[in-house]
Formats: sequence, structure tokens, C-alpha cells
Amino acid sequence: MKNINIVFAGLGGQGVLRASDITAEAAFLTGFDVKKAEVHGMSQRGGSVSSDVRFGSGIKSPMIPAGTADFLVLLDASQKDPNALCRSEKTVVIEPDIIKIEDLPNPKGLNVALLGYLSTKLPEIPEENWQKALENNFPEKLRESNTIAFNVGRETNAR
Amino acid sequence: MDPTKKLLNGDEAIAHAARVAGVNLGIGYPGTPSTEILETFSALGGYAQWAPNEKVAAEVAIGAALAGGKAVVTMKHVGMNVAADPFFTAAYTGVKGSLVICAADDPGMASSQNEQDSRRYAVAAGLPMLEPADSQQCYDYFILATELSKRFGTPVILRLTTRVCHSKTIVSIGNFSEPETPSYTKDAKSHVMVPAFARLAHLRLRKRLHDMEEWNVKEGPCTFLGPENAKQGVIATGISAMHAAEALPEARIMQPGMTYPLPTDKIKAFVESHEDNLVVEEGDPIVVEALLAAGMKVRGKKEAFRYGELNVARVKKLAAEDVTPDPAPAPGKPPQLCPGCPHRLTFQALHDLGCTVCGDIGCYTLGVLPPYEAMDTCVCMGASIGAALGMREVLPAEQAKRIVSVIGDSTFMHSGLTGLVDMVYNRPPHGHVVILLDNSTTAMTGLQEHPGTGRRLDHTETVRVDPAAVARAIGVRVEEVDPLAMKDTLKDFIREQLDREDVCMIIMKRSCLLALKHLKDREKAEAEKKA
Repeated sequence: MKNINIVFAGLGGQGVLRASDITAEAAFLTGFDVKKAEVHGMSQRGGSVSSDVRFGSGIKSPMIPAGTADFLVLLDASQKDPNALCRSEKTVVIEPDIIKIEDLPNPKGLNVALLGYLSTKLPEIPEENWQKALENNFPEKLRESNTIAFNVGRETNAR
Repeated sequence: MDPTKKLLNGDEAIAHAARVAGVNLGIGYPGTPSTEILETFSALGGYAQWAPNEKVAAEVAIGAALAGGKAVVTMKHVGMNVAADPFFTAAYTGVKGSLVICAADDPGMASSQNEQDSRRYAVAAGLPMLEPADSQQCYDYFILATELSKRFGTPVILRLTTRVCHSKTIVSIGNFSEPETPSYTKDAKSHVMVPAFARLAHLRLRKRLHDMEEWNVKEGPCTFLGPENAKQGVIATGISAMHAAEALPEARIMQPGMTYPLPTDKIKAFVESHEDNLVVEEGDPIVVEALLAAGMKVRGKKEAFRYGELNVARVKKLAAEDVTPDPAPAPGKPPQLCPGCPHRLTFQALHDLGCTVCGDIGCYTLGVLPPYEAMDTCVCMGASIGAALGMREVLPAEQAKRIVSVIGDSTFMHSGLTGLVDMVYNRPPHGHVVILLDNSTTAMTGLQEHPGTGRRLDHTETVRVDPAAVARAIGVRVEEVDPLAMKDTLKDFIREQLDREDVCMIIMKRSCLLALKHLKDREKAEAEKKA
């Protein structure tokens, strides 16, 4: 199969890295080769954050080469231009406003809702592996609200 | 699904390897991108400590290894400068047990003040060095480094970079083994570096490096990628090998795992079997210079590729010797002091007072940015005090009197104490004011403990080193205030302290909001466990 490249982008504190961790783990649980790159540290202080997830049959560099992102998942609309280099005409850009925030139990669940939407575009990863990855990356008390957020995303039709 | 396989970043892979190798002690000072090694090692049941700084960490680790134990010491690249003194002589003493030095470089400076290439230390000190390219190699090379350290009796550097530390890849993990308690054997001729013993030790060091090069040629770790019988040969180090394998799919890639001492004869054979040979390495041209010096016909990179990180696109350009500028995306949002951060109040006051501010390393370095723009210098850990004293010595009185030092609590424990001693010993004509921004945590690197928090690496309680008491004992007048309670009077308060023209330390005591949340979460979890 062709390797899949996904860039997650947003601002510090929005759950960009968590979203990329969950995606990488879901792909890993499905048996794909997976690599995930990120830069954290200074960028956590409210600044721009992005993370690359690549999965498929054999991944070399953990960083997505320019113009080869299959998906750009934006947790903050302002981060579209700063992440322009990863995109091509073929890139599917997933914008945060496809999710109705009022449908979420907690607005902080936007990252999980966007994963729900992304999951519908990635039939190669079974839904149960997304669920397992969500469970492994959040404390138990957030499980219910995350399940709701994920399902809101799965049922969202992009406008 | 294979249960021994995990998706780990490089730091986590090293922590797992340290548990598998039966490491007795892990010690270091927090520094991005190395911090998670010890945190994960501790969480996995290993015994880990934060030291006040990298020099102390290195010395403790050397002691553990001289005693016959297995030790790992971790730090970011600039920490290598702080710890360089003990490392250079530990290369002479050697070790009885094992010592692995994890040095994490930051090409591109994601969160550092320089992009120095720590590989120079391996050459300068005569310490063997391994360079992993992904998390599996982090794991494998750590275990190998521990074995080599014991077998050849030398500390070994495991040189990492940001992308190796913070990229997740799949790792196969073995079973953990509990550390064995070593037994001490006196060996003063090896371990006491007086000149008569050190001269012999230097001879042993060079002999050891020669032996290790022979070992590296015969059985050292070496990864080959890409098609055999390629015309293009590439010698690549660390993560550059992964970029090169993707950027140059027609080329045969050789990634020597031990890059000091290099397996020169093995590389020579590789070079001779290809028409063109390119060396791909991030940072300084270290491997290429060594190969050229050994008489090999290899191509290095143009100067433009010395700066910043490499990636697939840049390796393509590097190979084509294309030095046109890389495309620049629209700038992202820069980091800033958190809303509600207590440091904001101090920087507002310093901005309003028009002070000249010698700053230091931490979140508070962000005080340089608008709207405060309240920082004039930032060099290295602790330099806020020394640099300010130097400025006060040479500037005219009306300028000197406006100078303050701003330093965080963890940085103060790391390198501020000796600066404070100098402030008293060589007191400037108009005195000096040090402002200690005490938010009770090492915030920038992700909320680690330090001697001033009164908690150890695993957050268990220990004796708190009180910066006020230490400063008073040195002979400094101390004012402890809560910047939040001072509100609008903070500016006048700082001005009054400056006007007294003595040696003063103002402690701005207010916890980091993020650290407080973690503390409360831990207390709650603790209470729930008891109930």
C-alpha cells in the first residue's frame, strides 16, 4: 500500500500531540509500520505546534516531506498558512469548524472529534483500534465524553 | 500483535533499554529534548535522580561507575559544556562498571540557545560515541554502549538529536533485569589523576581508542539501506540516514552506528565500491573531515547545510549541491508567557522602570518578547548574574544603577549560587539586585523538581534547599515577596531596592499555575489511594 502522511497542527494546549499520538497508536495496533515526529519544548507555551504521523508498509524519515501530506488536520484555523509547505492540491484539509462545538460534552474534545472525522477517511484502520488508542491515551474518567466526541466526528459530514 | 513491540520515542526507548540492562542509577539535569529519558526510567521502576546541574550529575554517575555500578547520565547538548570537566578526566580514569552519557543535541534550535554539535566532545575527550537513527537503535545502542563501557572500561557517549529523541517508531523490547549491587575494589593508580598516574592513563586512553576502532571495523554496528550495486554511495549518520534513504532511493546508504572512533577501513571499502560518495550529517562537517583526512574521495555538504535540521527535501538539495534558499512558510504563532503567569508582573515592572535586564534560561526568557521587551542579555545557565556584574563594572554610574539580573529557581540552583558569591566578593561600586523568579518548578522543560522544590525526581519529599537562607549565608540582603500581592506597588518596590545600592536578592515567590495543577492532581491521587 501507499504510505499515508497526516499533519496535525494547532496551538499549544489544544491537544495536537495527543491527537497525533492516538492516530499513531491506532495505526500501530492495526499492524502498520508507523513513525511520528513532533517538536515540543518551547512550542508548548501557547505557540504553534505541529506533529507528523506516517504509516504504511515501510517508513523511513519520520518527517513528512514538503507537499506530500495526504491529510492536514487543523485544530486551529490560523495554522493553515504556517503549514502550507506540507500541502499539495491532493491534500485533504480538515478544518476545525466542521465540528459543531455545542455538540461536544466539553469543547476541549475538539481534537478527539476531529479524529472521529479523520477515522472515516482512513478505512484501513478498524474503528476498534481507534477506540483502544483513545482508551490508552486518556484517563478513565474522560472515556465517556471522548467516546461521544469521537462519535460526533464520525457522524459529521464535511460541508 | 507482538507484545514485545511498542511504539516509543527515542527517550522512552533508552529508558526501557536502561531497565533491560539493569542500570543502578540514572541521573541528569532536565533539558529538552533529553528530559523524558529519566522520567520514563523512573516510571518504569528504575532509580533516577535530578542533580542540581550536569556537572554534579556527571560526577555522581562517574562515582557509581567507578564503584562498579551501571550508570546513565542525561543532558541536553549545552549541558555537555557544564559537565565537560569531569568527562575529560573520566576518559582517563575509565570505569569499572559502565557509564553511558546521553547527550541530546538540538539542530535547528527548537528550544535551545545554540546548535552546537556535541560530537566534537567525543573527539576532544577521547570518548567513544554511538549515534542512533531511530527508537530501535536508541534501544539497541544503549544496551551495546553499556556492554562496550564495561568491556573496554570507558564512558560511552550516546549522541541523540531532537528528532531522534522526540520521534516515535516501533521498538522490540526485552525483559527487564534488576540491577546488581557492585562490590568496591580499590585501584588508586587508575582512579587518582595525579600527573604521574595521568600520563600512563593518557597512553591507555589512546590504546583503548585504537582497540575500539579495530572492534568497530570488525563487529561494530552498521546499517545498510537502499539497493546494492548502486553507483551512488552515501555515508550518513543518525537520523540523516533515514532522510537519505527516502531522498536518494537509488543510492546505497551506509550508516555507521559508532561514529567515534569511526570504522575507517570499513568505510574505505564502501567508498571504493561506489563511483560517487556523499557524506550526509547534520551539524558540523565532522565525519566528512575525518574521511577526507584519511585520504578518501568523498563529497561533503555545502556550508548552507551546516545550519538547521536536515529533512528529506534538504538532503535532496544537499546531494544536488543546490544552495537556493529553502521555501519559508508563513510564520507560526510564537510561544509566550502563559496567561496568569506570575513572571508577567515582574517583566511589566522592569519594562516600566526602564531597567537593563540580564536574563537567564527558562520560560522567563520569553520576557524578551513584546509587550515587555524586558531582557537585554541571555547567554547560558546562570549568566544573568555574572554578565550583570561585568556590565556594572564597566558602565558609567547612571547606566550601571539600572541593571538587574533575572533568574529562575531551578537555574539558580544549577548555576546561580557561584554568581551570588561573586556578587558579594567583588561587589560592584553601586551594589546589585538579583531577582529570583521562584515559581517552584523547572517549568520550561515540563515541570521537573529541583533542590528548591523539596521534592525528588519521583515527586517524593526530601529536604528543601531554601534559596533565601543560602543567599543570606553568603552575605546577601534578601527580600521575599509575592508579586501578585504587590500589584501596582511592585515597580516602586524594585526601584527602592535598586536605590539602596547594596547587594540584594528579591525572591518573587509565586507557583507556576501549571505546576500547581499537577501538584493538586498528585495530592488528590495520593488521597484516593489511601482511601
